[in-house]
This record gives sequence, C-alpha cells and structure tokens, in this order.
Amino acid sequence: MMNIMVVGVGGQGTLLTSRIIGKTALMAGYDVKLSEVHGMAQRGGSVVTFVRFGEKVFEPTVEEGSVDVLISFERLEAQRYAHFMKPDGKIIVNDCRIDPMTVVIGAKTYPEGIIEELSESHELHAIDGGKIAKELGNSKVLNSVVLGLAAKYIGFSEEDWIKTLTATVPPKTVDINVSAFKAGFGSN
Amino acid sequence: MSEKTIMLGNEAIARGAWEAGVKLSSAYPGTPSTEISEYLAKYAEVYTEWAPNEKVALEVAAGGSIAGSRTLACMKHVGLNVASDPLYTLAYTGVGGGLVIVVADDPGIASSQNEQDTRMIGRSAHLPVIEPSDSMEAKEYLKYAFELSEQYDTPVIFRTTTKLSHSQSIVSLSDRVEIADKAYERQVPKYVMMPASAIGRHKVVEAREDKMAVDSSAFPINRVEYGDKKLGFITSGVAYQYVKEAAPEASVLKLGIVNPLPRKLIEEFVSSCETVYVFEELEPVIEEQIRSWGLSVKGKECFTKQGEYSANMLRLHLTGEETQVFPKADVPARPPILCPGCPHRSVFAVLNKLKIHAAGDIGCYTLGAVAPLNVIDTTVCMGSSISLLHGMEKARGKEYIKNWVATIGDSTFLHTGINSLINMVYNKASGTVMILDNRTTGMTGHQEHAATGKTLKGEQTYAIDLSELCRSVGVKRVIEVDSFDVKALEKTVKESVLGDELTVIICKAPCALIKGLKFPNRCVCDTEKCKKCGACLKIGCPAITKNPDGTVKIDETMCNGCGLCENYCKFGAISKVAR
Repeated sequence: MMNIMVVGVGGQGTLLTSRIIGKTALMAGYDVKLSEVHGMAQRGGSVVTFVRFGEKVFEPTVEEGSVDVLISFERLEAQRYAHFMKPDGKIIVNDCRIDPMTVVIGAKTYPEGIIEELSESHELHAIDGGKIAKELGNSKVLNSVVLGLAAKYIGFSEEDWIKTLTATVPPKTVDINVSAFKAGFGSN
Repeated sequence: MSEKTIMLGNEAIARGAWEAGVKLSSAYPGTPSTEISEYLAKYAEVYTEWAPNEKVALEVAAGGSIAGSRTLACMKHVGLNVASDPLYTLAYTGVGGGLVIVVADDPGIASSQNEQDTRMIGRSAHLPVIEPSDSMEAKEYLKYAFELSEQYDTPVIFRTTTKLSHSQSIVSLSDRVEIADKAYERQVPKYVMMPASAIGRHKVVEAREDKMAVDSSAFPINRVEYGDKKLGFITSGVAYQYVKEAAPEASVLKLGIVNPLPRKLIEEFVSSCETVYVFEELEPVIEEQIRSWGLSVKGKECFTKQGEYSANMLRLHLTGEETQVFPKADVPARPPILCPGCPHRSVFAVLNKLKIHAAGDIGCYTLGAVAPLNVIDTTVCMGSSISLLHGMEKARGKEYIKNWVATIGDSTFLHTGINSLINMVYNKASGTVMILDNRTTGMTGHQEHAATGKTLKGEQTYAIDLSELCRSVGVKRVIEVDSFDVKALEKTVKESVLGDELTVIICKAPCALIKGLKFPNRCVCDTEKCKKCGACLKIGCPAITKNPDGTVKIDETMCNGCGLCENYCKFGAISKVAR
C-alpha cells in the first residue's frame, strides 16, 4: 500500500497533481482511491488531498503516522502535516513561502528554518519549483516540476508518468508541463 | 469486459443516472453535490438545468416524473430543507417515472452552515434512503434506486456525504438503458393532494413503508460479510470503509438501504455476533431503531455525533493504539480567505471603514466575517440576510439599523433573497440591501444562474436584470455601483444607511476566477515611497505581504491588478503596471 498526501495553499493545484498520481497508479493496475477538497476550504486556505493505491484500498483518506510520500507546495504546509508521516516516509517540498493571513496581519509569525528542522527527523527533498517553472517560461507549471521530483519516490516509469500528465493537463500546456516534469524528475 | 476508469463519487452518480435512462435533472449548486449536475450536463440524452433553488428543482423533477419519465433532483443537505415542502407531499403522491433525490450531507462541515443528517428527514417523510460507500456503488445503487422508486411507487432519497462525493475510486462502465416513458393517466386521488385524497394516500404511505421494511432484508444492496463473530459492525456509506480498514477480521453487516431498516437481516446479524457496534456518522439513526427492538448494540456511547469518522478513531477505540509517530507542529493557521482581485473585498473594505455591520448570507462573502475585514455579523441560511435586517428594524426601529446593511450574492438573491425583499417593500422597510453581483455562483465553483445569460448546458438565454427585478417589486431606490469604485461606493452606502428609504445597492464586478477574464495589469509597490504604515495590509489581500525590512511586497503571480490597494495607500507607493 502506498499512501500519498498532497498539500498546499488553495489555488496551487494540489487537486490536479493528486489526480495525475491516481491515474498513473490505475494504469499500472492498482486499486486506487483519492480524497479531495472542494468548496469553501479551497479559497486560499490550507488544502489537503490524499491518494492511496495498492491491491485493495478501503479508506479514501490517509491516517496520521502512515504517509509514505508527502508532497507540499509550500514550506509551512509541509510542517503543518508532517505528523502524518511514517518514520521512513519522504517529504517533497516546494521551497516557497506564502504568508497566511494570520501572519500578514501580524497576529502570528512565519516560522524560520522549516526545511532544516524537518530534515532532522525526515528524509526531505526540497526544490524551488517556481524558479524552475519560470525559467521554462510559465511559473504556473511548478506543480509538474514538484511532481517530477516526487515521482522518483512514488515509483512507475518516467514514460508512464508523462503519459498520464499528457492526458490530464490542458492540451495547450502539454509540452511545457512535460518539460517541467522532466526537470523535476532529473533533479536531486 | 467493461471499461474501467477512476471517478469522483459525484461523477459516478451522474454516470449512474445516465445509465439508468434518466431524462431530466434539476438542481441548485451546493457543496458537496454540485459536480453531479455538471457531469450530467455533458450527456446529450439528459436535460439538465440549474433551478433558482432546491424547492423549484424538486418540483421540476416531480413534474417530469408525473409525466412518466425517470427524473433526478440534486442538492446539499440544507437544500433539502428548502425542498422539504414538496418532499413530504411527494411521499404521498408517489411517482410516475422513477424519481430519485440525491442529497449530499456534509459531516465535518467542510463547506456548510450545519451538520444535519438527511436520514432523519427520510424517516420523518417516510421515504426510502439509499446509501453507497464508494464510486462504483454510487453508480450501481443509483440505478437500483430508480427500480425501487418505480416498484414501490415512491420518490427515493439517495444519500451521499462529502467524503463519498469528493473521493475518487474505480468504476466499471455500462451502457445507457433507454426506459420507455409511462403513459399518462389522470389520477386525482393520487396526484391532487386535497384532504379527501391525502387521507387515503397517508394509508398508502404507511403500508408501503411497512412492506419495504420486510422486503428490504432481501435487497441485494445489503451485504453480510461474516468473519470473526466475536466482533460485528452494522454500518453503511463511507463508514463501512473505515470498518474494513480498522477491523478487517470482524463481521460486517453493510446496509445499502438505511430507511426503512431491514429488521430481519439486522436481528439475524445481531444474534450471530457476540458484540455488535453500530458505526454511523452523525445521528444514531440506525442504533436507536435497533435498540427500540430490544436488541443490545454499542454505538454513540463510544463514537461522536460530530464530524467525519476515520479508521483511526475506530482503531483507537478497539485497541487503544495511536498510529501517529511524530508530534503535531504548532504552526500559524491558514484559514480560507477571499481571493486576490475579489470584488467582495472592495465592498467589505468600505463597510469596515464606515464601521457598518452586515447581516450576511451564504457564499464566498461569508469570509467578510473574519479578520482583517470583520464586517459580517450574522450568517444563517440562503436568503436570510435581507429578512434578518428587516426583523432588526421592525423590532428596534429605524435608528437601530443606521449602521447596518444586508449583503447577499447575486445567485443567493435569486435563490430566496427576492422573497425577503418583497417582504421589505410590502411592510414599509427602510433598510439598505447590497447585492454583491459577481456574475456567478462563486463558492460552489462558478455555476451559471438566472442572471448570467447562460444555462447549465452552456446555451445562451435571457439574463434577468437585477435592477429591473428589484424595481418591479416596488423598490424605488436601486443604485448600481462598480464594486471597485471605492469613492462612489462609500458615498452611496453612507447616504443609503442614513436615509429613510429602502435601498438596493447592486455592487457590480465579476468574480476574479471566472474563466476567460483577462487581467492586463498587476500592482507594484515602490519601496522607496512605502512608509510601512500597513494600511494596504488591512484589506486582507493574500497577494500583499511584507519584505523583511517592513516595506510592502506584492506577489506578481497572485496579483491580478484589481487596484484596490492603490486606493488605500496615502503615499502613492502602489501603482498599476502592465503584466
């Protein structure tokens, strides 16, 4: 059983990313379940989606203490959900900071050194997806960069991933999303 | 072998309706039910529409059913309250073609105003309630619900929950079966619910429910999975998945019909197992009925009536073992907020500045209640803002509401707000109603409505003019303002709340997330001119943050150049530039 959690800030594309993972697992012949977040929770709030695949999946969500791969599109969100990790689980984090309103209005402080702190207790791989995406020409494809990096720890071949990516993203953006995925997949 | 695919619960419900030969569906958007209609609209064979509210939607579906076709109505749990007037009487009339009402409950309150349990309404209306536990069952049980509807001559409630509607799992597809429309026959005792008919139909309702309670023990949608008989679970819906995850060895009675309960099947199961738990989210609907039969089961003394369940909570109860390894970090909360470029922000920033209280309504603009905008003081249900404001005035007098307005979205106004406005006109009210017209049903994901000019199927149609509508019911003072014209808005609001005339202010600007909108500009802050006063931060735009030195930074990806912040900078540090 593989338990994956995709987290981020509403609007960052966590939903699409988890759908690509789900489709890839389905194509490989696994039983798959995804759990998504819609409605009010999406509006700039903290967003969590789950993907589980294996021989037989019952619960569509993932328990605390059982996540194999946590993909976070933002640093603070990685820290918020790190208690879902298995001891040997892997955290993939997009190295970006988005201040929640509680920080903007000065009620709370954005924690410093999140990546260093999480690296002490977990296997963590950070990537500046936004920077790489911008270099490729569209800062919005950062999801595909981060997914590319995460894909190495989830399994399946690069070809399988690109197949589902191609079938899922808007047709006009296929090429740049594939380049973004490859950039993530080829990084360390 | 049939094609396998991965589907959202709501998509599977739509597919099931299509496969069942449904010809008509009517709905009002509401999380977590909205996508059912959106997916169904893609099938050419099914007429699908957005109705202004759930009462209308159910009546439309009932009309189609009486005319002999299979029809569907979809709504969220609180939508069923709006539709409950036709619901209770449709239980008496029964159906022509099959009629299924999909109702999506929201345990855990992901996007709702309460946590009510539709199974209770099913019981009190004497209607069968069917509940699936994954996408495949959602599709197949929906088809079965139509068979039951026609076989027992009753509308059927099809209950889903957020976790089911918004989870994806594997579905194998079948073809659509075309069902012949039933020939129409005039049947006054069945369809005209005047006392003489209704007295007779009440007997029919009770007899039907009694018969279903017996027959349901043999329904194929109930399933007994015997394992270790020391421990048994009676469960339904997504809670079944939690039982299988946490207690794979236990015996399980999985109910597909949760009203009326299959008594014989349950009695057999309870007598076969040593300890039986009823594992059901929200109210003890199944548990209390089983107890009333004199059987001993465990239930709500172990598990909460609030929120969503999980395998973890069951495991913790059974074994006392926590699965969590790492401690939970204490990090700043990230609650949902209005999007960058949202026109509601502009309106609330003005109301905040004028220290005005707002009776709010249901929609994204409910977020105007939280910091830093802090404007909305009440939110109850669809359309309630206008009637609450009216009640305040009539209880406490005109002076009391000189620093109050009602704020309501365009879609919500057409849902039930218009009734409340008619009441204000009729009863000589003086309040100020602000219609936040963003040209869409925003919160649920941008659905069309009667004032957008487009149908659910994407066809062009007449767009109701909200100003004309308000004038036609007798509002003399109707003022349209651009939501981002802060000065005009401020002036209009001040004049209106201080005046004695009922006023509707229509604040117009499209939702920033509507597809196809172009944003040629973005805002930048000149850090040389920035005095670090923080005035621009008080409008609560997520694109505006601080640099380490305290000056303001505007995120170039997030900002869409609405320019609202420019109005709040006294030092001219913020300006628009081309993207």
